[in-house]
Amino acid sequence: MIKRKEAALPLLLVLLGIACMLAGVYRGELKILFAKAVNICLECIGIG
Amino acid sequence: MDKKKRVLHRRTGVQAVWTFLSNCYAVGFVEGKIYTGPLKKICFPGLNCYSCPGAVGSCPIGSLQAVMGSWKFHASLYVGGFLMVVGAVLGRFVCGWLCPFGLVQDLCHKVPFLKKIKHFPGDRVLRYLKYGILAVFVLLMPLFVVDMVGQGSPAFCQYICPAGTLSGGIPLVLGNAGLRGAIGFLFQWKMAILAATLLAAVIVYRPFCKYLCPLGAVYALFNRASLYRLRVDTDKCIHCGACSKACKMGVDPVKAPGSPECIRCGDCAKACPKDAIQIGFTASKGCTAQQKRP
Repeated sequence: MIKRKEAALPLLLVLLGIACMLAGVYRGELKILFAKAVNICLECIGIG
Repeated sequence: MDKKKRVLHRRTGVQAVWTFLSNCYAVGFVEGKIYTGPLKKICFPGLNCYSCPGAVGSCPIGSLQAVMGSWKFHASLYVGGFLMVVGAVLGRFVCGWLCPFGLVQDLCHKVPFLKKIKHFPGDRVLRYLKYGILAVFVLLMPLFVVDMVGQGSPAFCQYICPAGTLSGGIPLVLGNAGLRGAIGFLFQWKMAILAATLLAAVIVYRPFCKYLCPLGAVYALFNRASLYRLRVDTDKCIHCGACSKACKMGVDPVKAPGSPECIRCGDCAKACPKDAIQIGFTASKGCTAQQKRP
């Protein structure tokens, strides 16, 4: 198994990442992301 | 079938299934429209344009630029956190097994060519280019190159991303007459980048992943620490060099098992005559993840 010491850093990053995601959801980032993702992104396809 | 071929087929199968699951909105391809359901709030780990007619999730790089370029936020905790979680758990396993554009390049590289190039002068230096693209086109330009209302555009998607042209641009332009009429220089520029990338992928293994991909650059930063990792058992290793010879990404797994360039494809483990290389979340006693060759 992965040594506990080796797993500490990635597990800490996972927890930090989850906390960041929740904070992002809480402050309303999903609204902007969703608005961009459900409309054709003209820049992405090389037209805008 | 030998064990190397078995793992190649298994990886191609996983890539194909994941590409299908990420782009299974078939109606979009028929009608020239995109999926607008609630799943689009979720980022998928690979480089998969959310303007692909079949895409059911969002591209993390596109999402990051969208949030950072908005007038309201200048950093994305949601996408940053997502990348941190995926990076810490999987690292560049995503590039090797889950990225749809990685699959496209893998298939291109199967096309026969006079001489496939594995090493060339400048290869090592060019690998740093993807970090520059991440910093300039994904982080700085959406933040500082803004319009009158303070909104930045997704510069990487706009000027570089060949995945967006392939999976979003081409199918939408073919299926949507309105978009066809709007084609201009930018579309031609992006088509040229796509053509150059695919042609290069025939000759060099995964040139976009090695030199240009900002998503690969993000995951590369986590590769050394990720839970899914590569380990070499020094007691078993006979330093025959079979693993580094088998690696198409130009990594020596014995010298650098946590290399940021390793996409965890498993070719090295399968090439090892002593089964000294293990890849996964677990490893046997005696293996170390970051040991150096004496």
